[in-house]
Amino acid sequence: MDLEKMTALALAEKIKQHQISVVDGVKTVFDQIEKKEDRVHAYLDLYKKEAYTRAKQVEKGIADGTYTGPLAGVPIAVKDNICVQGKPATCASKILEGFEPQYQAEVIDRLEKAGMIIIGKTNMDEFAMGSTTETSAYGITRNPWNLEHVPGGSSGGSCAAVAAGEAYMALGSDTGGSIRQPSSFCGVTGLKPTYGTVSRYGLIAYASSLDQIGPVGKDVADCAALLQVIAGHDPKDSTSQKREDLNFMEALNGKITGMKFGVPKEYLAEGIDPEVKAAFMEVLKTLTELGAIVEFFSVKTMEYMIPAYYIIASAEASSNLERFDGVKYGYRAKEYEGLHDMYKRSRTEGFGEEVKRRIMLGSFVLSSGYYDAYYLKALRTKALIMQEFNQAFEKYDVLLAPAAPYTAPKIGESLKDPLAMYLGDIYTVAVNLCGLPGISVPCGKDHTGLPIGVQMIGDCFMEKKILRAAHAYEQARGDFGTPEEGGARA
Amino acid sequence: MAKIIDDETMENVCILAKLSLSGQEREKAKADMQKMLDYVEKLDELDTSGVVPLSHIFGNANVFREDVVTNGDESVAMLKNAPKAKDGQYQVPKTIG
Amino acid sequence: MKQYETVIGLEVHVELATRTKIFCGCSTAFGGAPNTHTCPVCTGMPGSLPVLNKKVVEFALKAGLATNCSINQYCKFDRKNYFYPDNPQNYQISQLYLPICHDGWVEIQTSAGKKKIRIHEMHMEEDAGKLIHDEWEDCSLVDYNRSGVPLIEIVSEPDMRSAEEVIAYLEKLRCTMQYLGVSDCKLQEGSMRADVNLSIRQVGSDTFGTRTEMKNLNSFKAIARAIEGERERQIELLEMGRPVVQETRRWDDNKESSHAMRSKEDAKDYRYFPDPDLPPIHISDQWIQDTKAQLPEFREEKQQRYQKEYGLPAYDAEILTESRHLADLFEETATLSGNPKKTANWFMGEVLRLVKEKGMEPEKVHFGAKHLADLLDMVEKKQVSAQNAKRVFEKVFDQDIDPVVYIEEKGLKIVEDTGLLKSTVTRILDENPEPLAQLLEGKDKVMGYFVGLIMKELKGKANPAGVREALADEISKRK
Repeated sequence: MDLEKMTALALAEKIKQHQISVVDGVKTVFDQIEKKEDRVHAYLDLYKKEAYTRAKQVEKGIADGTYTGPLAGVPIAVKDNICVQGKPATCASKILEGFEPQYQAEVIDRLEKAGMIIIGKTNMDEFAMGSTTETSAYGITRNPWNLEHVPGGSSGGSCAAVAAGEAYMALGSDTGGSIRQPSSFCGVTGLKPTYGTVSRYGLIAYASSLDQIGPVGKDVADCAALLQVIAGHDPKDSTSQKREDLNFMEALNGKITGMKFGVPKEYLAEGIDPEVKAAFMEVLKTLTELGAIVEFFSVKTMEYMIPAYYIIASAEASSNLERFDGVKYGYRAKEYEGLHDMYKRSRTEGFGEEVKRRIMLGSFVLSSGYYDAYYLKALRTKALIMQEFNQAFEKYDVLLAPAAPYTAPKIGESLKDPLAMYLGDIYTVAVNLCGLPGISVPCGKDHTGLPIGVQMIGDCFMEKKILRAAHAYEQARGDFGTPEEGGARA
Repeated sequence: MAKIIDDETMENVCILAKLSLSGQEREKAKADMQKMLDYVEKLDELDTSGVVPLSHIFGNANVFREDVVTNGDESVAMLKNAPKAKDGQYQVPKTIG
Repeated sequence: MKQYETVIGLEVHVELATRTKIFCGCSTAFGGAPNTHTCPVCTGMPGSLPVLNKKVVEFALKAGLATNCSINQYCKFDRKNYFYPDNPQNYQISQLYLPICHDGWVEIQTSAGKKKIRIHEMHMEEDAGKLIHDEWEDCSLVDYNRSGVPLIEIVSEPDMRSAEEVIAYLEKLRCTMQYLGVSDCKLQEGSMRADVNLSIRQVGSDTFGTRTEMKNLNSFKAIARAIEGERERQIELLEMGRPVVQETRRWDDNKESSHAMRSKEDAKDYRYFPDPDLPPIHISDQWIQDTKAQLPEFREEKQQRYQKEYGLPAYDAEILTESRHLADLFEETATLSGNPKKTANWFMGEVLRLVKEKGMEPEKVHFGAKHLADLLDMVEKKQVSAQNAKRVFEKVFDQDIDPVVYIEEKGLKIVEDTGLLKSTVTRILDENPEPLAQLLEGKDKVMGYFVGLIMKELKGKANPAGVREALADEISKRK
């Protein structure tokens, strides 16, 4: 088997058995990057030299027993809103031009302790605001399955890199679907953990109450393994949860007989592409064949999810992004007259259109006279949405939904109508509002060969259930293929 | 009927958000915000009377650290990224006392 | 002319005496080169997150209970959004919707008698950094050493009517916070800061006038002057038929005038919302009970006890309790010496004199109660003269020396050696035949002259009564 097609766990196993070296893995990745990156543009920064140096260290570390984990020696890509000490962190924004954090995200420490090798930073929508990776200030990323199409977003770079074989696995972040939706568009597997499972320390915040870092991988087992590496309590993040059982790989035992799946029927009523719907219905069939129980139920709050999400996310973003002001780091306008002009010019020149749009919306909904009508109303709506999900989890182990209503749009189509783009997040945002874990697994392709993903949602702290379900489904589905084999027409 | 976003509101939002938009850019932002507010007006249909606004999803409280000094002098690292610095301080345009 | 009444409410910021900042492990130590007490959290670096210092909650809870506040057992932090370079995140983490304490009161005493001042609420928040204006260039420089130092803000009801009441209220708060040990409350160093909200109305009116907020008040004197100045300014406006504008004004104590701080860019719309980075705080009944049990004896209670238990005059009790530290030292010394009255006199006289002369903070007084008690004991037993005891005490005060050893070493102990006393008396009388003759003639005034001479000869080591006795003895022999 070609090295680049291997999963991360398989690569690590071969390394452990001395069949290949850590350097071989790193070389495979950089060879793929060499071949494809010109067209895909998944990365904003590559650490080639450091990766080889580190590979040799890890090689030794594996030999002397320092690194014993299941992903030791695996090269990994990191979304560019996660801080790596001494390396630029741009959030794909001009406003962070030149910024090099002198501290490091907790997840990066954990990757290093697991003997993983960071190969570079991936492209994203600016400050994770967007669903296509087109709002990046440093150029778009293309979908490896069809270069005319977007990879989704905001973790489009991470998902495209994994899909193209330019990385074995990657870290993304998910605030309203930013891991699950691009995973679906790129035919890879991505998981958004329960809020508080992975430390947010060192993740440059978009919306603090919704953000979670999560794994993107070639299959469910890789995601489980990577989640196991990055999950765990961190005293530096006050919202970090103390969870006992973090052995996620244990969940991959395949049996889902009798497991109860709920499908919100409103999710399939309108606005969904027929091909996506058909692929989704196939999943229900497969699960039933595996002995699971699949039922439809009603979610009455569906149409309020996106309004509540955009109010809350924009409000938090408007506050989180106030710190980018040209004083302590990043971009400062070249010319200005006085303090406030310096603020305004730096921010107006430094932020892109979509980010400004959300900052303005967020500032407005928090402003005097509108706070109750918009922001508090959204928090009350969130409470009702959560109530509905809690009720659903009294009946079901796992909820099923498409990851997105359609397959990857063509480049240049989405940003024309921001509201229409926001509506595309319909299946993903509630998971963030309620802090739930969700995984997106490839489940089919449309007639042009673009991937379709199915989303499995668990109750809080029930990652093991969705991993088990997703793994069982994946086994039944069989090999999904790669862009090269699967109809990429680039 | 949703709030109508007029020029005055846009001006106020720009002051709050420290952004300066002009001409076409401002008109587009105004139209976008109007469209979004018209859309989120949907929430008014939902009866939320008696519902407590939910800011934190988990009930856990009292996440504390002990009052122990753990940080040393990190001024060099902190100032490394400053667009303008002087005498170990961040330099900004003159503020009015 | 109409009669006007001044209506004043105060917002008092008190810096808490924790070792570390409110949300990070940086030191709160005063001084230090710029930005040497900073980290990613208190400089607002992207990706950094706040973690709450437990001591801040404990101190705020103490302060609230000591000022008769109700406690919000479920409280939260909110973000107050505004752009300014001393505020690194451009939002301040504070409490608006659910402050930790509310609806309390303190009692003040003025020349008009006692009065209750109500406290509207008390909340926890972070301090801002320091902005200085560069001397050479047209720019400002930011130092974040103070950024993130914990504060409590105490918001009073508009219950004060004069500068005297305001100062009595501030002194009451300062004393309470110092007794609690939660803050040193130094106005000059900025660890206690007061913003004055002031309006005027015609006497007899039951509605409030439009108020202004006065900032930058760095001393009690400045506060008194600012209140007077603002009262006059507002009366003048009203008399001219012009409205008072609700605004924030900055007091310039050198010019003794204020100016409005308004600017088009200060929208004054803080867009408060719950900080998603910080989980709420739950203060259990048990926590409140335990804190109540730990509250110290406050000044009024101490004053009462000193009068009752030690029989001290009210004035002395008041003076001795001004600083909790000195009061504690006094009590310890009084217990060791077994003579509270003498101890009180010594504190009122010597200790406070030295504190004043040296311009010291009472909290910095540092001598062992045992050392002063021993010294007082020697004075009581006439083993050291009062004059010498005062000199020795200065050493105790400055260097905390052991007075017993010191007096012995320096030969300051009063001689009980009657041989030496007798021989000295004999010798002095012999050396001064003329005064002796006068004395023998019955001129008793000369007696004092001889006592002085002998004392001088013995370098104060004798007590005057003993000298007098030995002298009388010798004279009677010579008559």
